[in-house]
Amino acid sequence: MGFLVVRPGLLTTIQDTGRMNVGKFGVASGGAMDPYSLRVANLLLGNPQSAPALEITLIGPELVAQRDYWISICGGDLSPTIDGEEIPLWRPVQILKGQSLRFGPCVSGFRGYLAVNGGFSVPSVLKGTGTDLRGKMGGFQGRALGKGDWLPVVNVEQMPRCSFRLGKEWIPHWQESPKIRVIHGAEFSSFTIQSQQDFFTDVFQVTPRSDRMGYRLQARDGSPLLRHLQEDVISSGVVTGTIQVPPDGQPIVLMADCQTVGGYPRIGVVATVDLPKMAQCKPGDYVTFEEITLEEAQDLYIHQERSLRILGMYLEREWRKPSCTQLT
Amino acid sequence: MAGKDQINIYPLGDCAVVVEFATQMNNSLYPYITAFTDFIESQPFPGFIECIPSYTSVSVLYDPYAYLQYPSPFQEIKKILLKKIEQLTIDSQSKARHITIPVCYGGEWGPDLSCVAAYHGISEEEVIHIHSSAYYQVYMLGFSPGFPYIGGMPKKISTPRKSTPRLKVPSGSVGIGGEQTGIYPLETPGGWNIIGQTPFTLFQPEHMPPTLLQRGDQVTFVPITQEEFVKIQREEKLKWDF
Repeated sequence: MGFLVVRPGLLTTIQDTGRMNVGKFGVASGGAMDPYSLRVANLLLGNPQSAPALEITLIGPELVAQRDYWISICGGDLSPTIDGEEIPLWRPVQILKGQSLRFGPCVSGFRGYLAVNGGFSVPSVLKGTGTDLRGKMGGFQGRALGKGDWLPVVNVEQMPRCSFRLGKEWIPHWQESPKIRVIHGAEFSSFTIQSQQDFFTDVFQVTPRSDRMGYRLQARDGSPLLRHLQEDVISSGVVTGTIQVPPDGQPIVLMADCQTVGGYPRIGVVATVDLPKMAQCKPGDYVTFEEITLEEAQDLYIHQERSLRILGMYLEREWRKPSCTQLT
Repeated sequence: MAGKDQINIYPLGDCAVVVEFATQMNNSLYPYITAFTDFIESQPFPGFIECIPSYTSVSVLYDPYAYLQYPSPFQEIKKILLKKIEQLTIDSQSKARHITIPVCYGGEWGPDLSCVAAYHGISEEEVIHIHSSAYYQVYMLGFSPGFPYIGGMPKKISTPRKSTPRLKVPSGSVGIGGEQTGIYPLETPGGWNIIGQTPFTLFQPEHMPPTLLQRGDQVTFVPITQEEFVKIQREEKLKWDF
């Protein structure tokens, strides 16, 4: 029981909220590029927030349900339909046995997250269920979905009906030129005063050489970010969101599948709450960086975590009730 | 502990800090970094996620939500880590494991052995002899799953990376990249000069720990024949495939 993959889409992988305690083995934490959308998609169905869900990139798959399921789709709007009928994002939707879930044009964002009540059933590898494409492990057989795959779902009793609707404040509005808030990195002051200013005023374009490991950016005016000190940086730890500047002066934003150590100067680190905005950018989109203090970034993080916990508790209770309620 | 006042703790974004033990590479740092990592892992503080040790520093990942009642979670973490560093004792009797890696040098297993020999104007046998007579240490794992950064290669066989990286380097390939030697745990692209291949499996995600080599291991390489390579490879398969 589960879903049959009729068409796999561009890059459809099982992801969760990432692995912990594997960095010292050189293994990426991985997980959803936009963890916020994956977590909300799961919470809407009463799942644990880290349950395995599908990360769908730009061109979605075609899936046929093998029985009735409650699903939810969050993140970028890839125009999902069930048997040709448009379905809403950010709320639970029922798909019946034999119905076909398809995706159309990408209207906003870049990545959609499809959760199913109970979660997809994949083995845990190194305490995670996310697909590590480089390590060829985790997720569905360590790879992106392919035509003809059977995607199993954990067998739980599916609710008869429900109609939660999230308030507007929960639903991010993906922009094509977002402002990404950034904390100064360890080597920020080793850049020239001009480059420090340019970093926060220039417009950067996401190049096609961007993937789950990192977003390679290019300043719109082409000017490189330069350092007044050219000494080498000894390879040391990097985390998702670290913005490195290699010798060509064009920044790279490290993303979910990034390596665990790096040797390029770190001009900044993206505030954790803004990683989803970055992850929803597609090649060709523009971004600007906005300075934020560490204290502000941690305040925003704590605020978001508290909200998600409250939402989680609320929805979990709702899912235990026999019928639906409205959440506004 | 000597040099505790040289330790610098700085933020790496809003969910991590770096504990930097020195700003220069220095072999004597190794026991400090190990002791610190072991100590934090054995006595984790609230919100601790993981330690990622590297050459001169340790990245400590944490969840700021565990410090929501404080004005600055980072400052709290810094205080906690400084206190931990005060309590740190260094075990000078290192308990390093010693691991011997069998390598089939040259031929189809090491297509660049002849280039390395030619680059230095010595015979292939001499390159093998130099590479397999040295004692090495694993400084850290990184770059890709299980990839060991191995220090200690004699400079007389250091060879620049290839100008055009190979798109596929088979797993187990032993290479020389500049002054470093390393082993590719997975089939990946790579620009190092491949001088041989080990039949050992370096990365096994189903096992804990998932890597054959660990940070701190002492390593030597021993030359084997093609027949031995095939035999060990068969035994490795049986070991993991039950």
